[in-house]
Amino acid sequence: MTISVQSSILQSAQRAFPFGPPILELSSISLRFGGVHALTNISFDVLEHEIRAIIGPNGAGKSSMLNVINGIYAPQEGSITFRGERLSEMKPTHAASLGIARTFQNIALFRGMSVLDNIMAGRKLHMHASFLEVALQLPRARREETENRAAVEEIIEFLEIEHIRKTPVARLPYGLQKRVELGRALAAEPTILLLDEPMAGMNIEEKQDMCRFILDVNDHYGTTIVLIEHDMGVVMDISDRVVVLDYGKKIGDGTPDEVRSDQNVIDAYLGVPH
Amino acid sequence: MLYREAGQFRTSYAQDSQIFPLRQDRVGIAILLIAAVMLPFVANSYWLSAILIPWLVLSLVALGQNILMGYAGQLSLGSAGFMAVGAFACYNLILRIDGIPFVVAVALSGVCAALVGIVFGLPSLRIRGLYLAVATLASQFFIVWALDKFGWFKNYDPAGVITAQPIVMFGHNFATPREKYWVVLAIVAVLALLAKNMARGSVGRGWMAVRDMDVAAEVMGFSLLRTKLQAFAISSFYCGVGGALFAFAYLQTVEPSAFGIDLSFRILFMVIIGGLGTIMGSFLGAGFILLMPIFLNIFFHSAFGKSVDATITSALEQVIFGVMIIMFLIFEPLGLARLWQLTKERLRLWPFKH
Repeated sequence: MTISVQSSILQSAQRAFPFGPPILELSSISLRFGGVHALTNISFDVLEHEIRAIIGPNGAGKSSMLNVINGIYAPQEGSITFRGERLSEMKPTHAASLGIARTFQNIALFRGMSVLDNIMAGRKLHMHASFLEVALQLPRARREETENRAAVEEIIEFLEIEHIRKTPVARLPYGLQKRVELGRALAAEPTILLLDEPMAGMNIEEKQDMCRFILDVNDHYGTTIVLIEHDMGVVMDISDRVVVLDYGKKIGDGTPDEVRSDQNVIDAYLGVPH
Repeated sequence: MLYREAGQFRTSYAQDSQIFPLRQDRVGIAILLIAAVMLPFVANSYWLSAILIPWLVLSLVALGQNILMGYAGQLSLGSAGFMAVGAFACYNLILRIDGIPFVVAVALSGVCAALVGIVFGLPSLRIRGLYLAVATLASQFFIVWALDKFGWFKNYDPAGVITAQPIVMFGHNFATPREKYWVVLAIVAVLALLAKNMARGSVGRGWMAVRDMDVAAEVMGFSLLRTKLQAFAISSFYCGVGGALFAFAYLQTVEPSAFGIDLSFRILFMVIIGGLGTIMGSFLGAGFILLMPIFLNIFFHSAFGKSVDATITSALEQVIFGVMIIMFLIFEPLGLARLWQLTKERLRLWPFKH
């Protein structure tokens, strides 16, 4: 399989943030749960500022891949290189401090908190006041609270959720919850944003909105995006390069057009006559 | 109409995130505080030393339990154990350090309890929910056992009982119930304010994030280790301070078994009845659990007098109290604080329905 970025480079001419060098490289990642091989010898890279999609049938190992990238799972073999720093495994808090944020397939919002508090919690790494400073409301704690609030309000405005900022998230409809979760991830000002099925279970309008937000995030902030998505139309439209997984193995990698015409990929999705 | 925000504009984020954004709330809290300070001039010493002081002290302990259970979501059954640490630490500090002011001793005994709390909070990193509650039971039994076993903690008192020293600060002996009440009120009010600040700030968001979805919290950079142990430490601090006040302002003579498992359970009920994850709920819950039996007792006495056997009335009181708790949990599982919140929402619209 040859990796070609030709067409993407052509695309990148009009981009606000042209592609940079690979920001994240995964090499020979293997992940097993007991006897189950979730991922087998998977390697691919993600260029700075690109939108990289991971697709594949159910159970292909897509979510496991994201979990390896931000350290929820520790792979048995392989290494992750982030900006030239090589790690055999990632830890979730370390990934966060490197600027890797994510959303989850099943919404993982803090259900007992308001929209505002959820997104404020996403600013964790930008708040340094100790618990004593917060308890006594010392100047640094107060300043941090208002400064971060201003940053959060920018995200709230960007995602058009001003009207629900004080609503408890549990009361929101599904589509809005997904949007809030994107906001919470954005609040960290990440360099890489991992999106696990950001459009699952949405109707066509909600999908359009979400696509717009993803493209805008990439365009305004230059955030590198790795996303898992089942809707092929969406994947082919918004992603720059696509990785295809099947049964834990990589079966395709390239631009949407290349992947679309790849025989292995077609076989995996449509089945092979026996 | 009575409780509405119309006309009160918040034009900056600092204004929006202040502790009581509504004028009605500020006025209400001010009235409440003034009333609480003035209360000793009307209440007699029975009211002060048998009802108000234990209420305030247990509210503080319930607040500590609420930080751990309501905000950080770590189920714990060791609160009375941490109270015991605070009480005996305070006794030893005053005994062994000459002229230490009472507040300093109380604060340091809170720190002692916090350290013990961190040790017994370590299992929370591996286990959660009911299993954690069972693990924290160990702290409850271990602490009471250790205080019983080692005479040093009790200054080798032959009866195994400590007698709380007088409360001395700034060269003044706070001896009367009225003075003790003020000391307790001041400490509880300050600590409640600090708890409120933590709960509504970044610290509280960390606790609630870990409570609601720990994987997501970790992915955002919250260290589970630090957040959980911090909650254990701060919660135990509140319990320890409460324990010291319980011994010095209320019980006077204390033995380790006063801090048994039944006290832990009562504190647990206070938090559940009051409302998980609310500061006010801790006060309301403590009031309900502590005062309701007293009111029932008074009511039965005045209703039946001597005509009915006392054992029957006291059994009846317990039955009614139990039924009230069950009814309460069915009709308002979110606690008294939620009830108050609903009332406020009603008052906002009153006299209209919606």
